[in-house]
Parts: sequence; C-alpha cells; structure tokens
Amino acid sequence: MMPAKPRLVRVLDRTAASATITIDGDVVQAFAGESVLVAVLAHTTRLRTHEVDGAPRAGFCLMGACQDCWVWLADGHRIRACTTRVVDGMAVLTGPPAGPADA
Amino acid sequence: MTVLRVNTAIVGGGLMGCWTALMLRRRDPGHCVCVIEKGKVGAQASGVNYGNLRIQGRHPGQLPLSLRAASLWERLPDLIGEGCEFDATGHLYAARDDAREIAKVETAARQASEAGLATELLDARALAQRWPWLNGFSMASWSPRDAIANPRLVTPAVARAARAHGALIHEDTAVHGAARTGAVFRIDAAGGLTIEADTLINAAGAWAPEVAGWFGEGAPIVPAGPPQFVTDAVPYFIRPSVQAVDGTVIFRQVRQGHVVVAGYPRSPSDPVANRAPVDARKIVNAMGHLLRAVPALEGATLLRVWSGIEGYLPDMLPVIGPSGTTPRLVHAFGFCGHGFQLAPGVGDVLADLVLEGSSRTPLDRFSIGRFADGSAEVAEHFTREFDRSLQVQAVAHPGAQRTR
Amino acid sequence: MHSTVIVGAGPAGMAAAVVLARAGEHPIIVDEAEQPGGQVWRKPAAPLQPALARILGRAAAAEHEQAHAEFASIAASVDHRPRHLAWNLQGGELFVIEHRRIRPLRYGALLLATGATDRLLPVPGWTLPGVFSLGGAQTLLKDQGALIGRRVVFAGASPLLYLAALQYKAMGATVVAVLDTTALPEKLRATPALAAAAPRVLARGLSYMARLRAGGVAIFHGVTALGIEGQDYAERVRFRCSRGAEHDLAVDAVALGFGLRAETQLLDLAGVPLAFDVDFRQWLPIVDGDGRAAPGLYAAGDGCTIGGAAAAAISGRLAAYAILADRGVAVPATEVAMLRARLARLRAFQRALSRAFAWPAHWLADARDDTVLCRCENVTVGVVRAAVAAPLGPREVNRAKALTRCGMGRCQARFCGLATAELMAHALAAPVATMGRHRSQAPVKPIPLDATLVDEDTP
Repeated sequence: MMPAKPRLVRVLDRTAASATITIDGDVVQAFAGESVLVAVLAHTTRLRTHEVDGAPRAGFCLMGACQDCWVWLADGHRIRACTTRVVDGMAVLTGPPAGPADA
Repeated sequence: MTVLRVNTAIVGGGLMGCWTALMLRRRDPGHCVCVIEKGKVGAQASGVNYGNLRIQGRHPGQLPLSLRAASLWERLPDLIGEGCEFDATGHLYAARDDAREIAKVETAARQASEAGLATELLDARALAQRWPWLNGFSMASWSPRDAIANPRLVTPAVARAARAHGALIHEDTAVHGAARTGAVFRIDAAGGLTIEADTLINAAGAWAPEVAGWFGEGAPIVPAGPPQFVTDAVPYFIRPSVQAVDGTVIFRQVRQGHVVVAGYPRSPSDPVANRAPVDARKIVNAMGHLLRAVPALEGATLLRVWSGIEGYLPDMLPVIGPSGTTPRLVHAFGFCGHGFQLAPGVGDVLADLVLEGSSRTPLDRFSIGRFADGSAEVAEHFTREFDRSLQVQAVAHPGAQRTR
Repeated sequence: MHSTVIVGAGPAGMAAAVVLARAGEHPIIVDEAEQPGGQVWRKPAAPLQPALARILGRAAAAEHEQAHAEFASIAASVDHRPRHLAWNLQGGELFVIEHRRIRPLRYGALLLATGATDRLLPVPGWTLPGVFSLGGAQTLLKDQGALIGRRVVFAGASPLLYLAALQYKAMGATVVAVLDTTALPEKLRATPALAAAAPRVLARGLSYMARLRAGGVAIFHGVTALGIEGQDYAERVRFRCSRGAEHDLAVDAVALGFGLRAETQLLDLAGVPLAFDVDFRQWLPIVDGDGRAAPGLYAAGDGCTIGGAAAAAISGRLAAYAILADRGVAVPATEVAMLRARLARLRAFQRALSRAFAWPAHWLADARDDTVLCRCENVTVGVVRAAVAAPLGPREVNRAKALTRCGMGRCQARFCGLATAELMAHALAAPVATMGRHRSQAPVKPIPLDATLVDEDTP
C-alpha cells in the first residue's frame, strides 16, 4: 500500500548519521537523534488511530504534554513519539502488536 | 428552617444508602424516604473502589447476602434502567505454589458450593489451557457467576433510579447531629434542614461511627484504602477478574482496554482531611506483581493511581442490622473494602428490616453488639493486608480480641 | 539527601541553577528533555545549531545563547539529569524515572520549574492530523528543524501567533493566514498598559505584525466560528471574519494556541493550594513573591505564574535566592530588590497581554455538540452537556470526569480541563471558578509498567 502523502516537512539538513528504521514494516530512512514523530510523519500522515473511534491521530502538542502520540515498538513497548529519539534499526508500529487476544 | 417529615432517613449517599432508598420505594411506593449526603452520591468508597462483584472467597457468613445481591446485580438494567458496564466476566481466585494459599482456595471453593455457588477448581494445566497469558499460579477456583461493574457510574445511576421512584436525595447536605425523641428521630442537617423520621439508617461509611456515637454505640472503624491503578488501553484479552490469594495483585480489564489493578497492603486514609494517599512504592510493587501474573502487559504504561476512604473493621466483617441502644436505628457500614458487590443485597435486607421488622437473610454475624461485648475477633487478614500502623490501630481497640 | 533539586531545565530552572551553583551549591536539575532550555530556549540538536539565528531572529538567538552559555559555565557544579521525568511527589520524596529506572530523590529544598504548555480551546476538527499546538509548531522547528506543513494557518489568541508565523515564513512555509480570535479594539485598549510595563517587548511584537503584513500574509482579527475540516488530515480552515463574511482556506497544517497553561501537577500533588486567577483564567499555585510554596518547596517560571521566558528566568533567580536565604545564607539585597521590580513589570505586561489576547471562553457556550472536548478519551461537548443536564448531574469538573471520562485520559485534562470548566459554567450559568479544577494524580505523565525502583544512590 502506498503511504498517504506526508505533510510534515524537514527544512534543515541534518548532517547527523542517517538511520534506517521500519514503520509498520516499511523500511524508512530517518536520522539518528530526530524524534520518532518526525520520522513517522515525514513518511506518512498519521501516527496511530484512536482507541475509541478509530480516527487517525498525529500527535498534537509536540512537547510531551498531550500524550496523543504514543506509538508502539515491535517488542510491545509503548513510546511517546515526540520525545523519543530515533535509533538505527528501530521498529515502530502505528498500532498495537499482536497480543494474547490474537494468539 | 425547613422541617422534612419522612418514614425513613438515610445518612450517607453511598451505594448502600442509595440501594436502600431504591428498594424501599420499589417495595412500598408509599414509604417516604430521604437520603442525606454530605457531598455527592457515590463519591467516596462506593465510587473509587476496584469494581469487583466477587462472590467467592468471602467469609461464609456473607455468602447468603452476597448471593441475594448477585441476583439483583444480574437484573441491573431492569432495576435502575442503566447497565453501568456490568459484565459477568467470572472471577479467578488464584493460589501460587504454596500449601496455605492452596488450602485457602480449596476452603473458599467448598464454602461456595455449600452456599449454592457453582465454582470449579482448576489445576495449573487447566489454567494454562484456558488463560494461556496467566502466569505463576499453581491452581485457582473459578467462579463464572462473579462479575465486574463500573463503580464510578453505579451509585449515581442507583440514586437517579431511587429519585425516579420518589426517593428524596439531598446532596451537599452534611448531618450535624441526630437524636431520638419519643418515637421520632430528629436530624439536623446543613442549610437549616431538619428531618424527622420514624426510622434512621446509618450508612455513612468511614464516617458512620460518628453517627453511631450520637446513640451511645460505636465500632472501631479503621479508615484505609488499597493502592489502585489503571493502565493505558491495550487490546482486550483479560476476560476474568483475577485475584491472587495473597492480595499482592487483583486485576481486571475493561472493554475499552484499560487494566484496573489493586494490591495490598492497604494504607491509612484520612476521612477528616478527605485524603487517600497512594504510596508510590506500593504502586511500583503492584506493577511488578501484575507483570509477573500477565507478562504480556510488559509494554503497557501506568496512567493513574488512586485509593479511597474505606471503612474497615478488625474482623473484616461489616456492621449490618439494628442498633443495640436505639429502636428503629439501623446500621450498615464498615464493609471492609468488599461492600460493592453486597450493596443491592444490603439495600434489600434493610428494606426487609424497615418494612417487615426482620429479614430472611441471616445477619447475626454483622451485629454492632460484637464490639460492645468484646466478641469481635481480629481477622487473620489484618496481619498481611494492612500497613502495620493500621494493624496496631485495630488491635488496640478494647472491643477487639486477637485470635489466630 | 540532596540539598536542592530543581525540576525543569527551562529558563526558570536554568537561572536558578546558576544562582545556586555560584553560591557554592551543587543542585540536581531533573529535566525530561534531551537538551536544556525548556520549550522557549530549547537547544537544538548539534547539526541544527548554526540555523538558530535564522529561526529565531538575531535578538532572540542572542538571548538564547547567553542563557545557555551561563548554564554551561556552571556545568561542573550542577548535576543535570536529562531524559528524567519527575512523575510523583509525596512525603518529601520526588520520584523520578529515567528509561525504566525509578529513583526516589530526597531533598532539602525542591524547586518546581515545570513550565507551561499551550492552552487550548476545542474547535471542530482539532483532532485531525495536521493540527498541532502553536508552541509545538515552534518547538518542532527549533528542536527538529521541521515544519508542521507547507501551507499553514496560525489560529488562536496569542501574540506568539505572529512570531511563529514569521519563523515559519522565514523557513520557507507558506503562511496562509494568521487568524486572531481577539478583536483589534481589545488589543488597542491594552496597549497603554503594555507600553508602560515593557515598551520594547511591545515594539517587538508590533514589528512582527508589520513584517507579516509587509510579506503579504493575511491577518484577520476578531475571528469566530473557527473550524478545521478534512477527511484524514487538515485540508481546510473555515472561519467568520470580524465583518461577518465566511472564509474557507486550503491548508495542510494548522497551529492552534490560546495562550499558556501552567503545569501545576507536582505542586498539586505536594498539597500546595491553587487559586483561580481571573486574568489568566486558570488555577495557579499560591506562593509568595519569591516563589515560596511551602517549607522546603519553591516554584518559579510559567508553572507558577504565566510570565514568559524573561520573567521565568528572573523568578528562577528569586526562588534560588529564597532557597539560600531560608538556609541562612546572605543574599544580595539590592539585586533581589531589582529582580523583584523587573519581575513585577514583566508579569504586569503578561497580565495586560492576557486581556489583549483573552481566550474566547465564551465560544464554549455555543460550541457544537459533536466537537471533541477531551482528545484522550474522545468525549464530546454534547456528552458533557448531557451529563450536566441529567438528574444529579456533575457540578464540578472532577465529577464530570468520573461520569463521562472527560479529562480521564493520558494527558490528565491538560488540554480539556479549562475548557470543560468553561463549558460547564455556561451550561449551569455559574462562575467558572466554582467548576473547580482536575485533581492531579500520579504519575503526572504515563510511565512504563515494567519500571523498577532502584536505590537513590545507584548510578
């Protein structure tokens, strides 16, 4: 599936090391040290869907207060995308990984 | 000054008081009943408890009352017109590989079956088969009839139903004092309100001893609450409510995905300052116990902690029944953290007492007189499930005897 | 036991650390971010630092650099702990988490300099991807070198609308419009007070507007009926201008902000009383002029009283001097007096600003029922109104939370609490202060369930 057109724009060159991460399995080029939120929203338009109504969400306050941008790592841990830094090899999920319910 | 004349006045708009008002009105539409609540209905222990509608594992003396309550919970929408997230999820009373814990579960299962509650004893293999995500328990008693409900919603819903049936509900109305003159109780409340009643029900929770004191009796209430917390929403997979026999962790998951958790030991709470502090170390401990029981929750987060101001009595049994000093004064308090499930049964039983003078449900164990004559025992739970300071408080009361 | 622990390495916390370090103390400064600076003085990651002057403008960049240089000069005397969240405060212990390790910190004095976030007002469509907080739009640029979109509308009630719009324009974004919900006459009325308190700050603010206009950016004052539309992300902004005409702008991002809201959760957990401030229309802790909140407990910066970065830095210094004075250390009386006077002027300026850029709380009176009020739990305006109207309905916000889940989610009512109170006040025709405020509960932000407690002194 083609990701929807991302809206968030990187405007300054990062000379820092690039990092390869996966977002829902898609291999994506990002930068070490940038926020997971930027890495995801420079790739697609949403971070997650809301638990209650399934509507797309993309975070809001961008400073760790609104808690709207919690996503998942493939190991099941949750991270707040706007305050978590990209590390090479990170596997990010925009929905919960398969749990016991799906086993 | 306003004088309100009623048949029955209920001090305390918690779950007990509101169910009692509803049952009185349902059974006798001519019976004039008034609930007087210092704050908002269901805002204290009734509203902030864990939400367990557990029947099994109770003191056997409570099982008839608990079963009577269960049959009312199962008709909740008929009775109050709202569901309040009632869900017959079943309850697992689970033992680790420990002879004493196993014996306790086996005893609970036997007592349940004697009282007419169907339970099933499951070994480790059966547990692994049915709930493969559950870890660390060697056996458990499974009670499919046990349930959960949302405590935040229930009391206001019961109060609305009681009001719709004609009960008077006075919120934000503290009671300053009460006395019985002739055959009439006179209750002085905030805002110059005076209520005259034939019958007075003391359902004031952790604040009930003060009311009892106006009539020359008392009970050694220890205000306390368990540390509780809720996780963020995770995909629903925990169907039953699970309770470790040692009390280190009790958990359930709501349909929206949040896991609600309680764990002992309980901490003191302060009914005067209206505060129920939560010890951060206990929360972190309970988080660890939860993850040992359900490793699949490893990636989840802690959202919010709370406790409550619950009234405990040293023998871990409530006071339900007539006063020892005053005719037509009836007590219902001190539910020791397990009153949520009992509440509709208590309401129905109090309606028996008020309308018929006696109840078919046995109440002898719950008499307030046990604290006057020194026959109350200190339950074995008190040595494990409470902070030491609370144990000392309970044992120090002259009406309490230390036993094994 | 540590002598002083500071929570927050923003302007207030940094300035306090400088005073304490120069007095020979070794404070611990606990901060959630990777870099010191808080939101306003956020230090960009190294590759972005050369662009700072381009983003901020030369004057602001110089202030920024000076603050960081001062903080760097005391690095050896300060135990700066980045990526540490202070999540609970009880019984004289501050519980701090870093990664999955929880440490209790005992302290002689605790200074809470927790800052502020944007205050928000729910408008239709504000949960759509592409809609971000105004402060967040700036933080993203400073911290990440990224823009929230290419075609951006800045909307709300705040002088920062103009600054952020300029910053975005400078970095290549198309600023579609600035939609200021406050009317021009209100701002003109506040001008004398603003000029009296801080003429240079006022002049700087006016120059932002002038530069935007010169650059061809449409500025609308007195905007109403604001709403954001789009299928899966923000695509259009609709509003009514002060002349009554309906407008519809094509966008790909919206920055939304209505002033600042103090982060008071830790103060609340510590039992410090809060009072409703009629100008800022929010609950602020009761402290003395130097930030004393309780014995051993101090507060400074926007988490204490809304004042902006310059006021925050001064209040941080004053709180640090209060800590020293309360220990019996001699403090420079002349400097303290001067700081108090400057702080009073800057705070008076912010008060005047709060009137010039009043948040349109009255919008809640006729907000659409289907507007999401609580983003976390997805509770709508209509659900809360219905609860209020029901028999035995809620009469204050905590009860509304218990009955409707509004304010019960991950953010602990940071972004819906004030609006919920205004909504209920309108529904009940009661003063907003009587609607109360959401009681704080630990953890102040979510923490991982697999965190464990480690000893205070374990490295």
